[in-house]
Amino acid sequence: MDIIVPIKQVPETSNVRMDPKTGTMIRAGVGTVVNPLDLYAIEAALRLKEAHGGSVTTVTMGPRSAEKALREAIAMGCDGGVLITDRAFAGSDTWVTSYTISQAIKKMGRFDLIVAGERATDGDTGQVGPGIAAWLDLPLATYVAKVEVLRADGASSERALRVERLVEEGYQVLELALPALVTVVKEVAAPRLPTLRGKKRSKAAEIPVWGSQDMDLEVSFLGLKGSPTKVVKVATPKVTRGGTILVADDEEAVSDAVEQLLGFLAERDLLPRRGRA
Amino acid sequence: MSFVWTLAEQHAGRLKEVSFELLSRGRTLADKLDTKLASLVIGDEVDDEQLQELVWRGADEVYSIQDPRLASFVCETYSNLLSHLVKTYQPSVILAAATSTGRTLMPHVAVRVHAGLTADCTELDIEEGTGNLLQTRPAIGGNIMATIKTPDHRPQMATVRPKSSRPLPQDRSRVGKVIAVPLDDWLVDERVVAKGYRSDVQDFVNLEEAEVVVAGGRGMKRAEHFGLLRALAEEFGGAVGATRDAVDRGWIGYPHQVGLSGKTISPRLYVGAGISGAIQHLAGIKTSETIVSINSDPDASLHKVADFGIVGDLFQVLEELRRRLAETSPGEQGTAGRDAGSEK
Ligand SMILES: Cc1cc2nc3c(=O)[nH]c(=O)nc-3n(C[C@H](O)[C@H](O)[C@H](O)COP(=O)(O)OP(=O)(O)OC[C@H]3O[C@@H](n4cnc5c(N)ncnc54)[C@H](O)[C@@H]3O)c2cc1C
Repeated sequence: MDIIVPIKQVPETSNVRMDPKTGTMIRAGVGTVVNPLDLYAIEAALRLKEAHGGSVTTVTMGPRSAEKALREAIAMGCDGGVLITDRAFAGSDTWVTSYTISQAIKKMGRFDLIVAGERATDGDTGQVGPGIAAWLDLPLATYVAKVEVLRADGASSERALRVERLVEEGYQVLELALPALVTVVKEVAAPRLPTLRGKKRSKAAEIPVWGSQDMDLEVSFLGLKGSPTKVVKVATPKVTRGGTILVADDEEAVSDAVEQLLGFLAERDLLPRRGRA
Repeated sequence: MSFVWTLAEQHAGRLKEVSFELLSRGRTLADKLDTKLASLVIGDEVDDEQLQELVWRGADEVYSIQDPRLASFVCETYSNLLSHLVKTYQPSVILAAATSTGRTLMPHVAVRVHAGLTADCTELDIEEGTGNLLQTRPAIGGNIMATIKTPDHRPQMATVRPKSSRPLPQDRSRVGKVIAVPLDDWLVDERVVAKGYRSDVQDFVNLEEAEVVVAGGRGMKRAEHFGLLRALAEEFGGAVGATRDAVDRGWIGYPHQVGLSGKTISPRLYVGAGISGAIQHLAGIKTSETIVSINSDPDASLHKVADFGIVGDLFQVLEELRRRLAETSPGEQGTAGRDAGSEK
């Protein structure tokens, strides 16, 4: 099974700091990582490869430095990665990003499956995965918690993949024909750590770098200019809610705090119905 | 005249609450644009009374596309259908719920109709003069609010967080058209087949639609202690949530996990017990209407975003809370809570 995993390099979320004056993210000194939710996609792909053979290739769109993300994926066990980077791609929204990555995937050649993370932790839209499926006209399953291959060598007319989607009502079961695209959630698999051997391989790996000239691209579909959506304003909401904080360090204080909490909930009409007068 | 559309959502023939929430958003926009509001129902066996309720709660027109092949959400067929309707009727705005369905269908359709799409909006407005839709959404883990518009493309598409608005009251004097639209065979994509839902799942929880979520973290110390939270959740007719740490320790299942790598929720009331309030957890709860925090550490981050915080031992506080709630409702123990999960 030949699998492609589109990944994104994102700022480390655990220490995002905001400039209180400008309301922008302080990028200086903030490290970058592979989007944590993409690690689940990489892991799911590696396990499919281990069970059914084939290859796992990652692709990312970003600045030159995003090459590091591809090397991290190789260190985990991926076979290779493609970097798509060009100033013409800057400022892409999700429509444009999914277009550009789709064109790169077309150039990458034959594949059976695309596994993507559910969303990226910075943009947080979850729109690029479904967008790629739409561009490439691939059967799509999102929020996938379990993947099962029914027929690894299935002709494309057969439904060869069974997945479980974690949705509001439960786990929805879908069967899909291959090639297909799935986006996965944490439950699909716990990501492995890079191995020493993997790290060595990743250092030596050749990473193809493709710019706008290297792919078949419609120029009016690219970058900020091609993006249907435009950001018009960015504001910083107030960080705290300025709520009531009570200290309850002995029995009496606990009883008093709970009393006040009940009063607070009653005021907001949040008490259980049968608890009301 | 280009309409405003909302996508109603159904499960097993029942319209979800969010279908009506979207109409109250859509009504405001349609009035500002001086146009009509239509609600699309894609599904199966949604009865006439429910279709009528969409009119009573704000729709001028209801397009009802019902077919056994639409009973469960399958993106390809839904997308073929919606893209076809968009190309035919050219609405100016489409709102859908930021649910597993809306967040899958909308980006798929946006690509195919060359439209701009904004995810997870918390505010929507119309720009004066241009009539453009102004879409505001939290970004970077809720640290900033970004306002986005789509000046040159139609429709303008947005997903909206469930529970971020209230449905309009039913106005039975409102009149509107309910129009049945057939599903043409060529729109059905047979490459994907829905096989129903897994039936062997223990303790599943519909967190996204719960009005009240009582969540526990590492401070709960043991799986058995989640029974305290289940009892409280049941009392409130709510559901039990958890942090990643609690889930990874095996105290409770992954469907309960809230946060960056779990579910995003906006209940009316969120109560967090023994939860530090890491940024990845907060990302999943920030748009909750009311946040209550119970944590012995006065410096816990969850206290900082709470509307009401108690610095104390969670076991004492939860025990007292349960005792007091039981007092106010003598003799009425144990009415069923919605989705409160299985009992220990
Ligand atoms: C990529 C990534 C994704 C992540 N995704 C998620 C996610 O989706 N959801 C999530 O929750 N986390 C997520 N995390 C983990 C997150 O960073 C935190 O580690 C986690 O939320 C902490 O869980 P906790 O609050 O239960 O535990 P802790 O941080 O250990 O907090 C426990 C709290 O309990 C309090 N406490 C202890 N005993 C008592 C007592 N008797 N009474 C009252 N209070 C008590 C302590 O004071 C402490 O504040 C993610 C992390 C990463 C890096």
